Order: sequence, then C-alpha cells, then structure tokens
Amino acid sequence: MVTTVTSLGRSGLSDWMIQRISAWVMTAYLAFIVVYFIGNPDLSYAQWAELNSSLPMRMFSLITILSIAAHAWIGMWCVLTDYITVRLIGPKATAIRIFFQLGMIAVTLLYVIWAIDILWGI
Amino acid sequence: MLNVSIYRYNPEVDSEPYMQDFQVDTQGKDVMVLDVLEKLKTEDPTLTFRRSCREGVCGSDGVNISGKNGLACITPLSEAVKGNKLVIRPLPGLPVIRDLVIDMSQFYAQYEKIQPYMINNNPAPAIERLQSPEERAKLDGLYECILCACCSTACPSFWWNPDKFIGPSGLLQAYRFLADSRDTATEERLANLDDPFSVFRCHGIMNCVQVCPKGLNPTKAIGHIRSMLIRSAT
Repeated sequence: MVTTVTSLGRSGLSDWMIQRISAWVMTAYLAFIVVYFIGNPDLSYAQWAELNSSLPMRMFSLITILSIAAHAWIGMWCVLTDYITVRLIGPKATAIRIFFQLGMIAVTLLYVIWAIDILWGI
Repeated sequence: MLNVSIYRYNPEVDSEPYMQDFQVDTQGKDVMVLDVLEKLKTEDPTLTFRRSCREGVCGSDGVNISGKNGLACITPLSEAVKGNKLVIRPLPGLPVIRDLVIDMSQFYAQYEKIQPYMINNNPAPAIERLQSPEERAKLDGLYECILCACCSTACPSFWWNPDKFIGPSGLLQAYRFLADSRDTATEERLANLDDPFSVFRCHGIMNCVQVCPKGLNPTKAIGHIRSMLIRSAT
C-alpha cells in the first residue's frame, strides 16, 4: 500500500472512477455542442447567450468544467509522479514535485472559479 | 554472416556501457538467439548472460532482442533479425550488473508484496483442499507465469515507479491468488492494492501482453483486479 497526499481522491479506485466518469461527461458535452452548432448554422449571439444563461445549460457547463478540473488534476498528478521522482532526478525531486503539484492544483482551482464567474456573468 | 550487436558493460573495467559488434556464421540455419549467444561466449568468455533450461521454462534468459523483450532460448533468428542485424540488450528499466545480466531485486520485491502464496486460516482438511474443475479453470492463464520479467521491464509505468507500481507480472500473480477458490485472504489482498500506484498505474497500453513469451495477458488480469476492487468498494 503506497500512501499519497496530493492525489485527488486519495484512493486509486476513486481516482480511476472519477477519471472515467469525467471522461464521459466531457464526451457528452462535446457531442452536445457539436450537434448544437450543426443544428444551428446561422447561430446569433442572442441565441447563444440565451442558451448559456438557461439554468440547465449552466449546470451542464459547470459539471463539465468540474469534470475537466478533476480529470486534469488526476492526469497531471500521474505525469508529475512519473517523471519528477527521486529515482529519476535526485533528492530535490520531492520539493520540485510538490511545488508543481500545488501550482497545478492552484491553477485548476483558479480556472474553475473563473469559469463560474463567466457562466453566471452572462 | 550475421551481424550481432551486443550491449557490454563490466563496471569493474568500463566507465560506461557500449555496444560491441560481432559476426556470427549461422550456416543459414534458423537457430535461437540463445544459440548465437552461446557461440559468441565460446569466442569471448567474458560475455555474460543468464541462462538455464534453454527451453522457455526457467525464465532466466529474458533479454531485449532487436527492441522487443523476450526469452533468448525460444526466440528464433527469423523473428529477431532485421536487415541481417541482431541487437541484444539487457531488459530495460532495471540496473545492469554486467553485460546482459540485470539486478532483479526490485522486481522480486514487488512480487513479494502481493504475498504470492496461498492464505487459508481454516483448519486443513484430512486429505487436501478440493476445487471444482470450474474453480480450477479460473487459474488457467495465470499460474503459467515464469517470472522472467519480460513484461514488467517492457512497462513504462514500471520503469518510472518500480518501487511503487507492482508491475504486470506481480499483478498477474496477485490475481492468480485472488481468483483461487482456496484462498481466504481476498479482502486483505484487495485492501493492499487500493492506492493510486500499486494497480492503478496501469494505463492499459498492453506492452506486457505483446512481449509475454508464455502468451499470457496481464492487462486482462489487472482489469479483473479492478473489477474486484469496484465490487468490494462502498
């Protein structure tokens, strides 16, 4: 059993499941947006603003943004723990990795807050 | 004449590893890679590699043959030679002791972690613990592993985290005991695997399946472990 402090769900199973579910959410959102654009070739700003200011669409967008954030967190955590390790780059690795991990978490949270601000500011 | 390029490194003499070129006359025969190594060793006794059974059972002579991990004794030249050239390197990802011999301590440490033995605290029956033919059939494709390390050393996740990720070979063995109807430590075994590294560093790229000289499928076994973890979770 390996312990971790900066992974999203703390358990491998939890991270794995979040990764799968968030992937499905992003796929559904992408499919919806593509179909919407194809179905509305003469899309006007008013129509686009109306769609994005409706509560169901805001919720769908927010769930997708949270999915992207969780997906990115888990993915970046995997990449950082693969390549920035004591085995590969020496004893400084732990400090460097935690710096990048906390930076990644901070950027992810900032994007989420910014996205909420945009969504509810329409 | 076959051109053979072999990774050489003797830490007592060489400051760094190098590739040494040889020419071998195979007389047009499709011999095994191990036969070529044996022939070269008669010419240069310092060439070092592991071998034992020479028939794909002991798992000693796992090496990287023209870019693909495999057992030298059961890989014919017709499969390994590209453009009349054969390149032999040690299995990647583990420390080299000398020439083609690697230090497998990390590999065995991961194997040890999964408790590769039957755990059953019930009183032993008078004769033996019986299994139905169906229960026994679940072990097919799992018990045949010879621990040659071809799969684990072909896995990038194992290269990066050999101290944390169990690796395909160890996980195949872990499932061998999880699937055994006579083993009663399923919950304890699963609890030891539910962290972000032990099992979940497997991203399913299936290098292990591609190289296994026994034709086993560690990725499938890892999928079964994941399913068992999901079923046992709350």
